[in-house]
Amino acid sequence: MATQVTAARPLRRGLRIGQQRALWAYLFLAVPLLFFAGIRILPAISSLYISVHEWNIISPVRPYVGLANFQTLAADPRFARAAINTVRYVLVGIPAQMVLGLGLALLLQRIVRFRGLFRALYFMPFITPIVAASWVWQWMYSVHLGPLNKILQGMGLPAQGFLRDPGQALFAVAAMVVWQYLGFQVVIFLAGLEAIPRVYYEAAEVDGATGWRLFWRITLPLLNPTLVFSMVYSTIVYLQLFTQVLNMTFQDQGGPLASTLTLVLYVYQLGFQRFKMGEAAAATAILFVVILTITLLQMKILSKPVEY
Amino acid sequence: MTGRAGGDPRVVLSYLILAAGSLVVAFPFFWMVASSLKPLAEIFDVRFLPTQPTLENYAEVLTRTQFPRWFANSLIIALITTVSVAFFDALVGYVLAKLKFPGRDLIFVLILATLMIPTEMLVIPWYIMSSANGWINTYWGIMFPGLITAFGIFLIRQFMSGVPDELLDAGRIDGVGEFGLFWRIALPQVRPAMAALCIFTFLGNWNAFLWPMIVIQTPNMRTLPVGLALFSGEAGSSWNLIMAGSALAIIPVLLVFLVLQRQIIEGIVLTGLRN
Repeated sequence: MATQVTAARPLRRGLRIGQQRALWAYLFLAVPLLFFAGIRILPAISSLYISVHEWNIISPVRPYVGLANFQTLAADPRFARAAINTVRYVLVGIPAQMVLGLGLALLLQRIVRFRGLFRALYFMPFITPIVAASWVWQWMYSVHLGPLNKILQGMGLPAQGFLRDPGQALFAVAAMVVWQYLGFQVVIFLAGLEAIPRVYYEAAEVDGATGWRLFWRITLPLLNPTLVFSMVYSTIVYLQLFTQVLNMTFQDQGGPLASTLTLVLYVYQLGFQRFKMGEAAAATAILFVVILTITLLQMKILSKPVEY
Repeated sequence: MTGRAGGDPRVVLSYLILAAGSLVVAFPFFWMVASSLKPLAEIFDVRFLPTQPTLENYAEVLTRTQFPRWFANSLIIALITTVSVAFFDALVGYVLAKLKFPGRDLIFVLILATLMIPTEMLVIPWYIMSSANGWINTYWGIMFPGLITAFGIFLIRQFMSGVPDELLDAGRIDGVGEFGLFWRIALPQVRPAMAALCIFTFLGNWNAFLWPMIVIQTPNMRTLPVGLALFSGEAGSSWNLIMAGSALAIIPVLLVFLVLQRQIIEGIVLTGLRN
């Protein structure tokens, strides 16, 4: 402890050492604190400021418009579409990703040989540049030239529209995102499974529990913190979906018929393609409130102690 | 639970399902590499494998497009950002964990709070700031938002808390200065966490797309993801070139992953499950 060193010295000098250390601390923190103030906190505040102004990057006049930008968004069918789609991505993608991830983690836990190899194979999409992966998937989904339809036809099944079909496109994008995050999910679940003490299984087996009962009564409840973490992490990923959608529907961003459009992609189009910065900022303010609410809920759930 | 290798049918079934699943997962990679090796005439053939594999697509991407420049841009930006993040996040993490001073907890909470601000909310002010300061289309403009990260500070602070005070006090007695205590004594103690932080920062910047696309205006300043996206858009139906470019973009990350596989996976576990 610091006091043990300073105790031998006169008190006045000890105080001075404490003050000196505080000075060093502030000196070390100066640049980072300026950074956070200037690059994170002030821009966040200025984003709120922009959201209540009519802010067109070309025009020098930026009148205060109150909540007009929010009202415009509320009446905008494309914004509503983007919001609904974003929720659908969350509802389709996360359950699929978690069920597949848990299944694979349980299988991996059961095997001894090649475990590392399989884990690495499933993990590869996670580290693949998203843009590269998106273009490969776009081609795989191609109606006439893509391998997926060739495989379907080879099995005597009809060709599908995939990204061209407004009814299928969102699922097609979600499938790519699930593919991408599956390996990450598996690693998280494997770590969670390893953390469950073996004695619980042994005790339950002595009591005659097997297979599914072990899974429902022990694995799933004790895996709860991992499940919550993974759900919240994935929710934030899916709420911020952008790169995949933009690149898989490059010619018709968010298409067809806005069926794959997400909130972040719409913010990008509003702000940087149509230069409606005010409206775009209003949309991000709404996104911020949604993400903040989810994060706070997460903290509440995560801070609950797990009862063994 | 865990069956022994050999006879157990559940284990055999597990292997079968895992193998089938990994074929599905690997198929996009297979398709990308196979297509990138096909000559232009064969590119839309029904065949899954090229009949006459060729490297001409790679040669064309490397010599007739600005691909090498984009690659270099990404490398420079990801390396500088990683060094900056590693240094500043470690320093702040150390200060917040190991030095006592008024306002410490408030500063920590403020930094953590910035984690909740989504990047999308910041890109519009960043863009306005960058155009006012002439940062558009510069390396600095692409890099500045990511030079220090709240997440890394949080991670390193957790690990710095575990460094024994006695070690630092011993250094103080030996006359090591305040910066030396951090650099020579505390930093080597948190090496695994630093490795994880560096890997994720590098990968994150190598893949960054939204902000670089906004701040870059000329083809020669594009980073790899932005170059690839716009090149793919411009190249239209040149799927052979797009696939060769995609394959090349994956190689460096794949090498990093193969060399550092264990650290990456431990890093995920470390960062994800420590609350």
